[in-house]
Amino acid sequence: MAVYKQTYKRYDGPVTGSRWRFMILPRYSFQTAFESRGFTAFFVICFVPSLIGLLALYFRSNADILASVGMNFVSAFPIDTRFFLTLFQIQSFLTFVLAMFLGPGLVSPDLTNNALPLYLSRPFSRREYVLGKLLVIVILASCITWMPGLLLFIIQSNLETGWMSGHMRIAAAIFLGSWVWIILVSLLSVAVSAWVKWKPVAAASMFGIFFVTAAFGELTNEMLDLQTKWGILINLSEVMNMIWSYLFDAKTTYRTLPVWSAFLSFAAFCSLALTVLWRKIRACEVVR
Amino acid sequence: MNAFIELQGLSVSLAGRPILKELSGNFSGRCIGLLGPNGAGKTTLLQTLLGFHTATTGTARVFGLDVRTEIREIRHQIGYMPESDAFIAGMTAIRFVRMMAELSGLPPEAAMERAHETLFYVGLGEARYRKLGTYSLGMKQMAKLAVSIVHGPHMLILDEPTNGLDPPGRQRMLQLVKEIRDTREINVILSSHLLRDVEECCDEVMIMKDGRIVQYCNLEEQRRANRKFLHIETRGDNSPFLEAVEKLGCECAVEAKTSRIKMVMPETVEIRNLYELAETHAIQIRRLDYKRDSLQGIFMEAMENGNGRL
Repeated sequence: MAVYKQTYKRYDGPVTGSRWRFMILPRYSFQTAFESRGFTAFFVICFVPSLIGLLALYFRSNADILASVGMNFVSAFPIDTRFFLTLFQIQSFLTFVLAMFLGPGLVSPDLTNNALPLYLSRPFSRREYVLGKLLVIVILASCITWMPGLLLFIIQSNLETGWMSGHMRIAAAIFLGSWVWIILVSLLSVAVSAWVKWKPVAAASMFGIFFVTAAFGELTNEMLDLQTKWGILINLSEVMNMIWSYLFDAKTTYRTLPVWSAFLSFAAFCSLALTVLWRKIRACEVVR
Repeated sequence: MNAFIELQGLSVSLAGRPILKELSGNFSGRCIGLLGPNGAGKTTLLQTLLGFHTATTGTARVFGLDVRTEIREIRHQIGYMPESDAFIAGMTAIRFVRMMAELSGLPPEAAMERAHETLFYVGLGEARYRKLGTYSLGMKQMAKLAVSIVHGPHMLILDEPTNGLDPPGRQRMLQLVKEIRDTREINVILSSHLLRDVEECCDEVMIMKDGRIVQYCNLEEQRRANRKFLHIETRGDNSPFLEAVEKLGCECAVEAKTSRIKMVMPETVEIRNLYELAETHAIQIRRLDYKRDSLQGIFMEAMENGNGRL
């Protein structure tokens, strides 16, 4: 508009549909996140385990050729549940670090600077706001967990005829296990970001949650001195290990507790995070 | 003019305390000033119109849409400038304004175009690539105004827009509000505790007290009416003068102690006529005042006499 024409003009042009409007938040958050070289470098590093896995698959499928040139060690490691579980655990750890990097910066700046009334005075609901913020972590975490995991599974299936039919559970475990972890980590990090408005403290709190729940779980076990160690259900890391072990059908030391209790504990932690978000994400606070 | 806000027995309670008490009325002014002491319920009323609070009883309609059931459509048409600071410190003004435009439903290209235009319009054109956290208070207020108008709303809610501004900043803000109002493309609600701001920008004023609307008046009509109320001080025997002006249709009352005349003139009588009569009856008009029923007067009267009913 020419400078001399500057005046207020009502907007009467086309309007985007409201169904996918929450995707605006991840788009802007990605731009902000990838402006940081540190984060970009870290995100690239997150793909290294998958690349190493890919190399392992390649070497394993060409073990005979490699053995002929004296590289016999390749045939020593099998491509099985253990291989994928180990890779998955590394990816899960990286997801946790990613959530620690990103999560605190998602909601706390909006709360600190009182920007929520600006979001929520638009045709944009609290639910869409939370969903948009969660998707930032969900999308990036998906890129480094189940997407490369399933890709490796498909590659291995192509490299070794007949391997897929005997290992279908691995694919399901990668997919479901990743989603369980991604949902938990994204909900916790966004909830902590909403609860603790100061970014560095929010990052530390996210880390602390896992330590505190582990310590609290152990303390509960010691205090109650029960035959069945129910305190494990307060320990987030152990809860996730139980779920993953069940999904991957791996041997575990926690067989004393039923798996449903781990899923129940997972649901309880998610509900708690959602409750925090529901209470904190408001256009205006009511003083009681 | 059609009412753009209709309140129908609207009551709102927050944390168990009644904040708005059965507000009713139709409001149609181009620019409505919302006045009232702290805790009167001004901000709660605005936030209820935005759907931030749920009505306990009754309802409100904005452009004929019910705030209880059609809040999304209402929000499409509203621009809101909150009272307190509201921004994201780490974002540049242009990105922030553009994002808000997109959240209001503008396609990315249109949002970008309007973000640039709006920031130039509010005077932040040169600073639009700076992060909002580095802005001065006055610039932050302007950025908030930009955010509230970037999507071209039909109604603009301004909550204390001149808060913390220095005199030039305040003048600039009021000038913009008046310009926006005068485009006649938008209805403005301006909540302020500064009577001069409201007097300068608004054509209608709603005064709230203790959760009720105690006064709603058209300022221009009030000013016009006040031009007909006079206080006159004369020297000399004013009885013939009084008889003469009463014959013109004026209503007069004389204060016993001061002999000051209070007069209500009909529409047909001009001040010039009074001077002519004074000359005819050989009295001196030593003083002639219009009754200055300023907004402050209206406000004070509403505070003293307000029974909480419109």
